[in-house]
Amino acid sequence: MNELLNNILFLPERASTFAERVDHLHYFVVGVTMLMSFAVGTTAIFFFFRYRRRSDTQTTEYVVPSVKTEFLFVSLPLLFFLTWFVIGFRDFVFVSTPPKDSMDVYVMGKQWMWKFSYPEGPNGVNVLHVPANRPVRLLLTSRDVIHSFFVPSFRIKMDAVPGRYTQTWFEATKPGTYQILCTEYCGLSHSKMLGEVVVLSPEEWDAWVKEQRKGSLQNRQDALADLSLVPQPARMAEQGQKVAAEVGCFKCHTVNGEPHIGPTFLGMYGKQETLQDGLSLRVDEAYITQSMMDPGAHLAAGFPNVMPTFQGKLTGPQTAAIVEYIKTLRTPDIRTGASSQGPVYEPIQ
Amino acid sequence: MSPSSSIAAEPGAVPAPDEHHEHHPSYLVDGTTVKSWLLTLDHKRIGVMYLIWVLLFFLIGGIYALIVRLELLTPGPTIIDAMTYNRAFTMHGVVMIFLFMIPAIPGAFGNFMLPLMLGAKDVAFPKLNLASLYLLLSGAVIAIWGMINGGMDTGWTFYTPYSTHTTTTVAPILFGAFIIGFSSIATGLNFIVTTHTMRAPGITWFKMPLFVWAMYATACIQVLATPVLGLVLLLVVGENIFHFGIFDPARGGDPVLFQHLFWFYSHPAVYIMVLPSFGVMSEVVATYSRKNIFGYRAVAFSSLGIAFVGFFAWGHHMFVSGQSTFNAGVFAVLTMLVGVFTAIKVFNWVGTVYKGAVDFKTPFAYFCGFLYFTVFGGMTGVAFATASLDVPWHDTYFVVAHFHFIMVGATIMAFMAALHYWFPKMFGKTYHEGWGLVSAALIILGFNATFIPQFLLGNAGMPRRYYEYPERFQTLNVASTAGASLLAFGFIISAIYLVYALVYGQRASANPWHSRGYEWLTASPPPTHNFVGPQPTYTEEPHLYVGPEKSEVPDAV
Ligand code: HEM
Ligand SMILES: [Cu+2]
Repeated sequence: MNELLNNILFLPERASTFAERVDHLHYFVVGVTMLMSFAVGTTAIFFFFRYRRRSDTQTTEYVVPSVKTEFLFVSLPLLFFLTWFVIGFRDFVFVSTPPKDSMDVYVMGKQWMWKFSYPEGPNGVNVLHVPANRPVRLLLTSRDVIHSFFVPSFRIKMDAVPGRYTQTWFEATKPGTYQILCTEYCGLSHSKMLGEVVVLSPEEWDAWVKEQRKGSLQNRQDALADLSLVPQPARMAEQGQKVAAEVGCFKCHTVNGEPHIGPTFLGMYGKQETLQDGLSLRVDEAYITQSMMDPGAHLAAGFPNVMPTFQGKLTGPQTAAIVEYIKTLRTPDIRTGASSQGPVYEPIQ
Repeated sequence: MSPSSSIAAEPGAVPAPDEHHEHHPSYLVDGTTVKSWLLTLDHKRIGVMYLIWVLLFFLIGGIYALIVRLELLTPGPTIIDAMTYNRAFTMHGVVMIFLFMIPAIPGAFGNFMLPLMLGAKDVAFPKLNLASLYLLLSGAVIAIWGMINGGMDTGWTFYTPYSTHTTTTVAPILFGAFIIGFSSIATGLNFIVTTHTMRAPGITWFKMPLFVWAMYATACIQVLATPVLGLVLLLVVGENIFHFGIFDPARGGDPVLFQHLFWFYSHPAVYIMVLPSFGVMSEVVATYSRKNIFGYRAVAFSSLGIAFVGFFAWGHHMFVSGQSTFNAGVFAVLTMLVGVFTAIKVFNWVGTVYKGAVDFKTPFAYFCGFLYFTVFGGMTGVAFATASLDVPWHDTYFVVAHFHFIMVGATIMAFMAALHYWFPKMFGKTYHEGWGLVSAALIILGFNATFIPQFLLGNAGMPRRYYEYPERFQTLNVASTAGASLLAFGFIISAIYLVYALVYGQRASANPWHSRGYEWLTASPPPTHNFVGPQPTYTEEPHLYVGPEKSEVPDAV
């Protein structure tokens, strides 16, 4: 029965404790809606035929509703609507209140990827690993604009708002892989901001955690990333950010405007840079590329000459991608409450 | 209730047709220079100009809609790139909402009919009326200039901080919308004052036609809510250009504040769009079933009720924005009340047909479609307000389908019904009934074929504003696009036979539907000052069909 209804209504498979509750109310609400529409519709159609005009000069009686009828008109819908409300609100409280013993995962939305971090250590991009049959609380925020974290199979959704944390929770009921979609319009590649939740059985979960502790997360994530639903990054800039994170640019450069070991990337492109030797030049594609390949050639004033060369470590396209990425960092895009680094895979200490 | 009708014009007071011929030309021919139209203070000419412009805007919005639907034919890129797509759906929304649905019925039919229905010679402030048309047009020009020079990709909801950071040209379009807001306020103000001060002797509040009640309730919302939109749009422009930091968390602002301010206007705004259609339909159902409105006062008061509680329901757009659970509960209950007020109207419309004499003409066909869209769209709205169901549905295609059913469905049905119902009154011509029914059928069918698949897409979990989508959603998307083509075809047919009727149509009589609505108490098309000779007298309710129709109104030129 449930199976059939789900197929008629095109509902995705159900994989969380909340999904059951939502779907049952859904059937009830859709059922009542259909019934009421049908009742109103057939009454109207019956009237159209029964009371069709028979002559051009036909007049009609003066008919007005009795107080009883009007009362019925108000109370009948109100009764149904309040019933829906009571059940719906009870379920809403359920999904808004994570159990005390739930496991926490931090989720950060970012144009255009989901980054997950577990308090105990491992980070991941676009793939969230969780154990089955255990409540998981998600603490969401965003690094740029509003995103919304949606897992249809769990029937949960929560906005990720920059500058604040929101929360939601779920308890997955069966191992498997479920899609994550972003449902708040967030720019060019909004529709590519996909990810997946991998629900593991308790044994698999333990094994996974153990493996993370061995520090092989990076390889594993890379392997997973290939298999995942994540499409190729939409733009060079996106690619560039990834590459910059992987090769370690962010160890010395920030993107939030603060100088670190090296100058910040924010606002770097196009600005007039004063050099160690007193000269100054405009930061353009050529200068950025040169700095990567031969960092000592034109040192920016006030920074030590510690940058390694990336000659031979970066392919042409990768270099271009990084340049494109730095070019995008033009607005005063300063975010607080989020790390200034790109997605870096760090092994657990 | 007296069995004899005395709402008709006093027979003796009507001059003989040939006598008024020279002295009272119809408003259409009273002055034929371009200037006499562009600078007219006649509410009827202003109404006609509104009609022409909103039809043009509807065409522009419709073209964007077809581009969006065509793009979604395949999961990957189809005809345009992602950025173009994002701009297209934004422009579709902005044009349709601010330039079509909000001004359409009040601007075109409200302007034309309200004074006629009140027995007034014009609206209270004719110059303000003309000004509001030009405000709308200047806003439109600025916004369209922005669309051509860069466009905007935020969606019509302009959510911050995306709208304050996007590199597309937000400012002119938001500024255009800001100016259009003034047009809306001016129209609302004019209608409120007109209704209060210009009612002809005999038209008490409870003898006003229901269309006037609906326009009045709409005007109240326009005047009260639009300033908030103006404010918030200006703030976004400031934020976008000068980085104020009101909505940007990086500068200590709050992005959710924007949502509160935005929906505080935009939720009532959906009633600005839908209440006028409720008003039109009350007129249409009474005329074509030739019967008094079943519960006149219930229908009148529910308009006010919707206008009132509509102000307290905005939070249902924010169930998953991180607002408190308690807030969600309060907003959910308040939203239910809007549903109840709508239900009262629906029941009373169906009640009106009871023991009536139904003449199934084109506007009545649109009434049928309207009834169905309102019931279904309204019920899905209530389903949304059921907080837990909103969680998976929010920001998916289910929302898209819901608001198209209720606001677009209802508005379009009412707009088309009004166009056909009042066509003879406005232009003095008749159109081809058969084609009218054919295109109504196509439009209603096309509408269903477009949006029912979208309800299912939402159930399946497809988010809105997606340029590309996972392959499993394709079948439903193709169905939806096919429906949209059918819909467009229906509109094309309408456009053809209506333009044909305008040029070659037969002369319409003053009251071709034998309606007892007050606006039919004058010639078709009406003379410049609305009534030939003295004002008609109004002693009974409108929409009253007891007793034979007494007098015929003279035909005008
Ligand atoms: C019958 C009463 C109605 C109820 C109970 C209702 C309820 C709701 C609810 C709860 C939502 C939020 C969905 C979400 O964002 O997740 C919603 C969305 C919406 N409703 Fe209604 N609605 C009703 C009638 C209307 C009417 C009459 C209109 C327009 C004339 C309308 C227009 C909209 C629009 C435009 C949205 C989408 C907001 C967005 O952009 O996300 N609704 N409605
Ligand atoms: Cu997003």
